[in-house]
Amino acid sequence: MTEHYYNAKDLAKFGNVGDFQKDLADKFFSYYGEVFKDSTLTAREKSLIALAVAHAVQCPYCIDAYSTDAFEKGWNEAQMMEAVHVACAIRGGASLVHGVQMMNKVKEIAM
Amino acid sequence: MKSLKAQHSILADSHEQLEIIEHGRTGDFALVPFQQKLEESDLFPLKPAQMEIFQVNIGKMCNQTCRHCHVDAGPDRKEIMTRETMQQCLDVLQRNPQFTTVDITGGAPEMNPDFRWFAGQIADLGRHLIVRCNLTIILANKKYHDLPLFYKQHKMELVSSLPFYTQDRTDRQRGKGVFDDSVKALQKLNEVGYGREGTGLILNLVYNPAGAFLPPSQQALEREYKQALFQQYNIQFNNLLAITNLPISRFLDYLLTSGNYEMYMEKLVNAYNPVAAARVMCRNTISVGWDGFLYDCDFNQMLELKVNCNSTHITNFNMHYLNKRNIVIGQHCYGCTAGAGSSCGGAVA
Repeated sequence: MTEHYYNAKDLAKFGNVGDFQKDLADKFFSYYGEVFKDSTLTAREKSLIALAVAHAVQCPYCIDAYSTDAFEKGWNEAQMMEAVHVACAIRGGASLVHGVQMMNKVKEIAM
Repeated sequence: MKSLKAQHSILADSHEQLEIIEHGRTGDFALVPFQQKLEESDLFPLKPAQMEIFQVNIGKMCNQTCRHCHVDAGPDRKEIMTRETMQQCLDVLQRNPQFTTVDITGGAPEMNPDFRWFAGQIADLGRHLIVRCNLTIILANKKYHDLPLFYKQHKMELVSSLPFYTQDRTDRQRGKGVFDDSVKALQKLNEVGYGREGTGLILNLVYNPAGAFLPPSQQALEREYKQALFQQYNIQFNNLLAITNLPISRFLDYLLTSGNYEMYMEKLVNAYNPVAAARVMCRNTISVGWDGFLYDCDFNQMLELKVNCNSTHITNFNMHYLNKRNIVIGQHCYGCTAGAGSSCGGAVA
């Protein structure tokens, strides 16, 4: 095993996942390619969504890839950071909204 | 900002640049040789196809000092083509009608005192004439204010750098205030008909990445440029040409000082596209330096890699030798074959 769980150079080896199971990898990468094409949303818009999602799922490979891709596609630093804040707000909100569940439970058991 | 030459940078020496491009900073940076990629694509040795573009660099003097400039041009560069060399170019053009397009570049070519004479002579030969105008030159001095009318008079096609449709990215690459001046210049060009539908006056813009990354889709970017420039500034243009930065001169300096050199070169190599390789511009272009020497392209010119045949100068221009030559290649050539490819006319694949 390598010393670290994450290695930046592994991003370039993503395609190698097909070495162990080619059919599913081919299907995934074909689907992936289709998803990111210009369609009702532009490839540029999708890149910014991907950047936000990358932060939400905290994938360092995705953050590396879509920071580059979004900047290449013309988003500026402030726009990219706002996208990260969207991810942050949704993640934070997802925690906070469970506060209602906590309140419900407390009200249920409290005198 | 001064040119690398004025700073006495080691990168002002083309041999130093070549050493780094071929072997990396420490001499042990090994990438797949470009020749090997061409061999795998059945393109080695790289040979000329139909030569039709005669590109002339009439000088390194420029009113701007852009951070990515592969020419290392700037106000402190004094190398410019003489009228005698220009006349030799005209003689070659007269004898070789297959060169249907003449592409004048620099520096800011307009700063050469013989630019207007030369351009007028080429127009009289009936060749399609492209001028690589940096836009801000039109506003740089009163003597240049009538350039839009001069371009129009000779129906020149203009190719002008505007690295992005926002001020921030443009000024980062080309210097403070360049975006605002470029917008004003584009409006002046539009006023005389350039870029406007039905006038036949072609105004193409050039996108260069403002950093260590590759251009996005030329087509998608053109749509965004057109929308943004029209909505915000009422500017119109014909086509957007997306050009990859080659690891040469000031862009090489940027890559090295920012620590991006190895990553960028790997990116170029990984993005090698054989379709783009078959369509590289050096196959249909001959590039003439300010001092009359001949090169396969403007990039080889800046690396002082002269054509590999017995016709190395405009004074002994020989079409037979040039057609038979092997094009000189190096690791920098990956810049023209990455992704959708890159040429002075934008993407090629």
